[in-house]
Amino acid sequence: MNREDRSEERPLGPSFGCPVGRVDHAQILLGHGGGGLLTHRLLEQVFRPAFTNPLLDARHDGAVLTVGSERLAFTTDSYVVRPLFFPGGDIGTLAVNGTINDLTMCGARPLFLSVAFILEEGLPIEILYRVVASMRQAAQSAGVQIVTGDTKVVDRGKGDGLYINTAGVGLIMHGLTIAPTAIRPGDAVLLSGDIGRHGMAIMAVREGLEFETTIISDCAAVAEPVQALLTAGIEVHCLRDLTRGGLATALVEIAEAARLHIHLEETAIPIQEEVRGACEILGLDPLYVANEGRFVCFVPLAQKEAALDILRQYPVATDAHQIGEVREGTEGLVTIKGTLGTSRVLDMLSGEQLPRIC
Amino acid sequence: MCLAVPGQILSIAGDDPLMRVGRIRFGGIIKEVSLACVPEAEVGDYVLVHVGFAISKLDEEEAQRVLAYLRNTDELAELEGETL
Amino acid sequence: MKFVDEYRDADAARRWAERLARLTTRPWTLMEVCGGQTHAILKFGIDELLPKEINLIHGPGCPVCVTPIELIDRAIAIAARPEVIFCSFGDMLRVPGSRCDLLSVKASGGDVRMVYSPLDALRLARDNPDRQVVFFAVGFETTAPATALAVHQAAQQGVANFSLLVSHVLVPPAMETILASPENRVQGFLAAGHVCAVMGYREYEPIARRYRIPIVVTGFEPLDILQGIYLCVRQLEEGRAEVENQYTRVVGLDGNRYAQAIFREVFHVAPRHWRGMGEIPQSGLALNERYAAFDAERRFPRDEERGQELPECIAGLILQGVRKPYDCPIFGTVCTPDHPCGAPMVSSEGACAAYYRYRRLSCEGARAPSPG
Repeated sequence: MNREDRSEERPLGPSFGCPVGRVDHAQILLGHGGGGLLTHRLLEQVFRPAFTNPLLDARHDGAVLTVGSERLAFTTDSYVVRPLFFPGGDIGTLAVNGTINDLTMCGARPLFLSVAFILEEGLPIEILYRVVASMRQAAQSAGVQIVTGDTKVVDRGKGDGLYINTAGVGLIMHGLTIAPTAIRPGDAVLLSGDIGRHGMAIMAVREGLEFETTIISDCAAVAEPVQALLTAGIEVHCLRDLTRGGLATALVEIAEAARLHIHLEETAIPIQEEVRGACEILGLDPLYVANEGRFVCFVPLAQKEAALDILRQYPVATDAHQIGEVREGTEGLVTIKGTLGTSRVLDMLSGEQLPRIC
Repeated sequence: MCLAVPGQILSIAGDDPLMRVGRIRFGGIIKEVSLACVPEAEVGDYVLVHVGFAISKLDEEEAQRVLAYLRNTDELAELEGETL
Repeated sequence: MKFVDEYRDADAARRWAERLARLTTRPWTLMEVCGGQTHAILKFGIDELLPKEINLIHGPGCPVCVTPIELIDRAIAIAARPEVIFCSFGDMLRVPGSRCDLLSVKASGGDVRMVYSPLDALRLARDNPDRQVVFFAVGFETTAPATALAVHQAAQQGVANFSLLVSHVLVPPAMETILASPENRVQGFLAAGHVCAVMGYREYEPIARRYRIPIVVTGFEPLDILQGIYLCVRQLEEGRAEVENQYTRVVGLDGNRYAQAIFREVFHVAPRHWRGMGEIPQSGLALNERYAAFDAERRFPRDEERGQELPECIAGLILQGVRKPYDCPIFGTVCTPDHPCGAPMVSSEGACAAYYRYRRLSCEGARAPSPG
């Protein structure tokens, strides 16, 4: 059984051959939204076969389109976070920054967003005001305009108060191909800052897991430092913002798409003490915890120092570090050298990471 | 089994021993846990917490002694006459 | 973090590994009983630091792995009832029953909630008097006092809508079952430090004597585990078979008598079925008669058929250390972390999940040397 088998996925269902002792995947599970293996399978088995075209099949965060003589990036995302408000942000800031960041990861300058709301009957208007105010502020800070939108209302009980979909368009002003396929052995893997804050900020206010903390979500737009890299002529090979599934999931996806080996140094990965404490008591691995204002960046080793100098000038990336390197490989692999000097493999999780007692 | 993490007691509430709870600090976050099984524990003590319960008080002197021992294994090797 | 980070000191770990290498003169097979220790061994790569003569088998010390399939099916049936709020630790949500798991029940509309502590489930019961709150009480002796206190408080406060599905198991009988098996190859045990924090370690002395096997009560950080292995191997090299305590900062000979008193008030020892190992006498906990009203098995009539283990799944043999995952006919094909057929694939530190993760580094799925 090797990694290649994944590309010819067995269809779910009786032809799989084993009716007993298997999880029934005839329904959507929460794990399908977790960003890990289940999400991956849903994409590969349901969406991509239906919609396949070369742009979609490039498998990157946003689509890069050529329109006339310009290159545009186009992306969409939906936000279903619960609770709606959390330390460091709310569903509105997530929505605006999330789409800005997706465009940024294509190397585009984010310009315009659309916003579509799905509101649950009975939602207090005051909550909507707060969310919209956050969105306005986030958009203004990043210099993007919300230019079109839509609103729908669903019956009471059919939505978690409020869902938001955003789509965005940005202009690509460089000539690079920024994608996993552009990564080369020897490239440096840079991380823009400490990890795990968003996921743990949400955990801290989740029912049943509450704890006192000053962990604040890292939700932020990362357009400025990335644009600075591109303007300075850094040969950026690949960018990826870290969201659900955390640092590990993003790197496993990239390694598989690039068919290369990414090797990390655990001691180089910054983690706030509070995030560590929270992860320790819940038995969570910070490498898989969600972020919303962090990204990884692959650059040629020779440009690593210049790139870090540029990144560190921006508040959202002051703690940027090299965390690993790319090595030769025939298939995607991510390994990490731990605190004791031994290495282990990082794989994708099947669904959401769950707190454990064991 | 058993994920249990050491944390320091910051404050204690509750008179009934079985209902006694403490706010415990774990590397920067604070969680409330039951102290029903460690009636002798006081503010400032370290306890080992599993599923919201303190299951044992950490013997800090012993911890320091053990740590020193674990870190100074070269000297010990000589004392125990282990030579290559 | 204090009392955590210091025990992850890389230099000290390396020196202990070297000391262990000098000490070891022949092959030894050890087993660590506790899932938490297995987790630390895999996360910190401790087995890679050991001399190759030392073979570590990961034992059945994980409630995920040993909860019997019929109890999972029972949990699923109860959780599917509209009046029930079913509470569980995260570990149990993805364990496959005969047909599905608790997460699928949630997908179908069941109210399944993850909790951090049994007291959270009790609070849910108080806050939702019109619903039945059922807590899936899994875990070893470490967790039993917490569950016991929740039931005790429920009784005191008259929270009648709270009940437990009990799946607590005890470590020493499992160790004896492993040692008594004719296929046993375990020569030394690392006993579960947190279980012993509650229970003490007197009960291991007869086992050490009867089977002439060293048992070292061991902690969970890398330096603890390395020292525990060292003490165990030293006994083997010297021909001793005693119970030793490595985890002295937490564990005393008699354990925590308050914790023991609390769970003896609520539970008594009973036979229990272990997934993959069969029924082991005196190996589980059951509610005492005066708390019987809180037993979910009595409160909810059984109307589902008994569960079936997948015949090809050799989880039991793997948990006992008698087979390796790649000996299993469905390992990596039908059974993957994405579609687990048995518990060692569900649990991320289960032997099968660990081997699966390393499959691309070697053939035959054998644990490969460090790729770094």
